[in-house]
Amino acid sequence: MNPGKTIFALSSGSGRAGIAVFRLSGPASAAALAALVGALPEPRRFSQRRLVASDGGLLDQAVVVWLPGPGTATGEDMAEFHIHGGPALIARLLRELSAMAGLRLAEPGEFTRRAFDNERLDLLEVEGLSDLLAAESEAQRHLAMRQFSGEVSGQIERWRGGLFESVSLVEAAIDFAEEDDVAGRAFGQARAAARTLLDELTDALAGSERAEAVRRGLRVVIAGAPNVGKSSLLNALVERDAAIVSPVPGTTRDIIEASLMIAGIPVSLADTAGLRDAAADAIEAEGMVRTARAISDADILVWVEAVDQPEEHPAAWTPDLVVLNKADLMPRDSIRISNDQEGTALLRVSAKSGSGLDALRAWLGKEVSRRLDGVEHAVVVRERHRIAVSESIRFLNDALQRREDALEIMAEDMRNAARALASLTGRMDVEEVLGRIFADFCIGK
Amino acid sequence: MKAAFDVIVVGGGHAGCEAAAAAARAGARTALVTHRFVTIGEMSCNPAIGGLGKGHLVREVDALDGVMGRVADAAGIQFRLLNRSKGPAVRGPRAQADRKLYRLAMQQAMMEQENLEIIEAAAEGLILKDGLIAGIVTEDGRNISGLAVVLTTGTFLNGLIHLGEKKIPAGRVGEPPSHGFSRQLASLGLRLGRLKTGTPARLDGKTIAWDQLEEQKGDDPPVPFSFLTWQITTPQISCFITHTSDRTHRIIADNIGRSPLYSGQISGVGPRYCPSIEDKIHRFADKSSHQIFLEPEGLDDDSVYPNGISTSLPEEVQDAFIRTIAGLENVRIIRPGYAIEYDHVDPTELDHALAVKKQPGLFLAGQINGTTGYEEAAAQGLLAGLNAARLAAGQPAAQFDRTESYLGVMVDDLVTRGVSEPYRMFTSRAEFRLMLRADNADQRLTAKGMALGLVGAGRHAAFAARMADLDHARDLLSRLNLTSAAAAKAGLKVNQDGQRRSAFQLLAMPDVNFSDLTRIWPELSALPDFAREAMEADALYSGYADRQKEEIAHFRRDDAVTLPPDLDYAAIPGLSMELRQKLSRVKPATIGQATRIDGMTPAGVTCLLLALRKPKGRSAA
Repeated sequence: MNPGKTIFALSSGSGRAGIAVFRLSGPASAAALAALVGALPEPRRFSQRRLVASDGGLLDQAVVVWLPGPGTATGEDMAEFHIHGGPALIARLLRELSAMAGLRLAEPGEFTRRAFDNERLDLLEVEGLSDLLAAESEAQRHLAMRQFSGEVSGQIERWRGGLFESVSLVEAAIDFAEEDDVAGRAFGQARAAARTLLDELTDALAGSERAEAVRRGLRVVIAGAPNVGKSSLLNALVERDAAIVSPVPGTTRDIIEASLMIAGIPVSLADTAGLRDAAADAIEAEGMVRTARAISDADILVWVEAVDQPEEHPAAWTPDLVVLNKADLMPRDSIRISNDQEGTALLRVSAKSGSGLDALRAWLGKEVSRRLDGVEHAVVVRERHRIAVSESIRFLNDALQRREDALEIMAEDMRNAARALASLTGRMDVEEVLGRIFADFCIGK
Repeated sequence: MKAAFDVIVVGGGHAGCEAAAAAARAGARTALVTHRFVTIGEMSCNPAIGGLGKGHLVREVDALDGVMGRVADAAGIQFRLLNRSKGPAVRGPRAQADRKLYRLAMQQAMMEQENLEIIEAAAEGLILKDGLIAGIVTEDGRNISGLAVVLTTGTFLNGLIHLGEKKIPAGRVGEPPSHGFSRQLASLGLRLGRLKTGTPARLDGKTIAWDQLEEQKGDDPPVPFSFLTWQITTPQISCFITHTSDRTHRIIADNIGRSPLYSGQISGVGPRYCPSIEDKIHRFADKSSHQIFLEPEGLDDDSVYPNGISTSLPEEVQDAFIRTIAGLENVRIIRPGYAIEYDHVDPTELDHALAVKKQPGLFLAGQINGTTGYEEAAAQGLLAGLNAARLAAGQPAAQFDRTESYLGVMVDDLVTRGVSEPYRMFTSRAEFRLMLRADNADQRLTAKGMALGLVGAGRHAAFAARMADLDHARDLLSRLNLTSAAAAKAGLKVNQDGQRRSAFQLLAMPDVNFSDLTRIWPELSALPDFAREAMEADALYSGYADRQKEEIAHFRRDDAVTLPPDLDYAAIPGLSMELRQKLSRVKPATIGQATRIDGMTPAGVTCLLLALRKPKGRSAA
């Protein structure tokens, strides 16, 4: 008995792990794997491949495994992707996979369920798995709790309420057609409620795209006046000569980026052309334009000054950290602090001697952790939300096309919209719908 | 010693009649034990059969060759197809019935039924031998031996009528309640609950100012319930509509403390969708008026049922408030309304065959299971009677699932979720609603009924003829086709994509109707009306059929995984305390049923699957 659809899921924990593991199970596993990496690798061998997105862009250098069934964990054809564990990459691969024909996100426990259906689990494995499964249900409990407490839950509960309202109204118009006060107004009210919900879902979807942009990964931008040692600082942090360093002001013309693991998350560190009033040439001028753009896009802005050359940052930008570089040039107590803005951290560093670098790393670690707090689990959840919400929107649009003589089809569309959200909000319970009808209407016999 | 009967049915109401007839049709030597023959088929509450969801149940009973549809067709004096302006899936046939004609038709059906003996007696208890059902004992001391018993006691178990401050032990007005069965069921370890229902006063139609009221005519021609009824021959009448007034509401509000519902005298839970008038006025104080249908109870009967003002207020208050209603200013009350409380068995004590899990051989159907309504009772009666007969014959139980019938939806709801108020059928309870239509009940169920030996020769032949017509229609509509260009030429709005489309595909398009097709293919006009309507409905929902079929396959897969009845839920790791308790109470028969238990989680289901697998797994070598 083949369930038909191929399922996929992020099987590793999300967030700060260095590696994220995606599992696929079902007949389309091979096609999905081939679509991303080209030719299928040798079965049951870990192979390093370039992961290429549907738009031709390189996603990652990943380790992939092709596991033809039935000798697999689920008894079906399977594939695994071991990718770098960045939230952006995870979200992107989720999107790539969910856009493929015949693939859908797995329900909680569905791999186990398939393994079960295909008699792939025996007593030993079952006992061995039980701990693992306990952890899974714990995670689900955790997920449910998050849905009931946080910001996400408030939104989902509101949608759920909106959907309830629409469905109950339509159901009331169908099942209580004889009631003088129900049927007549229900259709119009249901449409209004559905439209409100549709607007909200559409807005939320747009919002989630913005949230995802934030989640693409954190960009730390190092900026400051020319020749304050920005490039030296970058090199010191990444412990290699990523940027050319010279005593000539304006050496760095373009954005130099280097990747760094901070708090278990890849962070892109950008060194920028120094900012000064007059550029020496057109190239430096263009470099400064790019610097300004990078600063605008920065998640974390580090403003660098030299102790002997204090230069306040432009008022348009508020740095998250001010670094006083070249601390080796002056005795500690004689350093003049040019920037006394409140709430901005300040560190004395010598990129040259290495003093203060540990404090800078610690500060960056703390700041990155703070930024990612909550996002850690939210990536997958929100990606699931995105898929569910898009589907829900599609069904609600269908529902709004229906005429009054097709209320039962409208109800079916709304039930489908509800089902699309069901993995997030739990089952749509008919007793709740009826309860809602009875609460809002005076139903006689 | 050989038992006198295979199946004994206790109770001659809607559940009992259908149970007795089904058991007898299935070949069991059957006894129907009821207080008095003349009350068989009594409509204790409103004189109507069918409605939304309920009409589906009547059609399903009929498709299984049950009696309710045919009896209602013989007794119906006003037929209306509800939701006629909506899609076919949610249309529900309904009829006002002449109460006397209904009784007589039902009594005749019982008398004509082969294998069925009617015994006038008050059943008082079950006879158990070695833990098995051996028959029943009557109040006058007779023992009637039987292999299986179906209890359909309605509101008689510890029945208590409330009329204002008065309390009258009774199963129905003028009929004594039964106490023995309640005690015995409790001693079997069954959980009992208490529910309440109510009925309005009956009015003397000669004293109603009909000419002041809004008339509601029936359908012309009337749509019958039974697939075997070709024409309604009983004369048809109208119903009338009136409304409560400010004065009505004031009188009720002033006297609400005298209603046993509000004085604390009634402990049972009543149905939300059939509230008493005092409930409506109390809960919806902002509404200044409520609608009342005045339903004649018979052709030669002056008694009128005022649908919408069920009440248990004292008689003099009823008299006062009813006279404030337009058209009823000078009305004479024949009999006051009342509320009745009664015991019911928690239906999670039953399996999907409606058999009591703790007592082999005992089946329950109707209000005893916490439902309300004649149709709900009849459908359960049919299933319980059938399975009692099958048990007596040593055959495996027959079941109906949610994907094939409203009967299956109802039984699954009852045995899985239990009841917190009297359970009534609604179309919204059926998740496969678009597939489960009143018009295709025979297509869904009659073949299954034939396999179960429930269907007589007459229906067999009629069914075969209908199926042949439908097959012909289906074949014709899939064979006839034209290109997009030809469709456009014929005036149809079709995408000019060069595709050929079948007549069925065209019919599925929102702007194409059947008369468009007959214009193009005149041979289609030869199809009988029912076949045309069936094709229209199938085409209308065809876009949803695939998705629902996929869900049905998923549903069936979950329902194919059985859970042993002795599974120790307390010992399954990972289940929450709440789920353990619920599972231990319901003891679901399958994984599918377990998923439908209120509060079940995906993680919980996974735990169950693993626990289930353990004993069968390969040994740990």
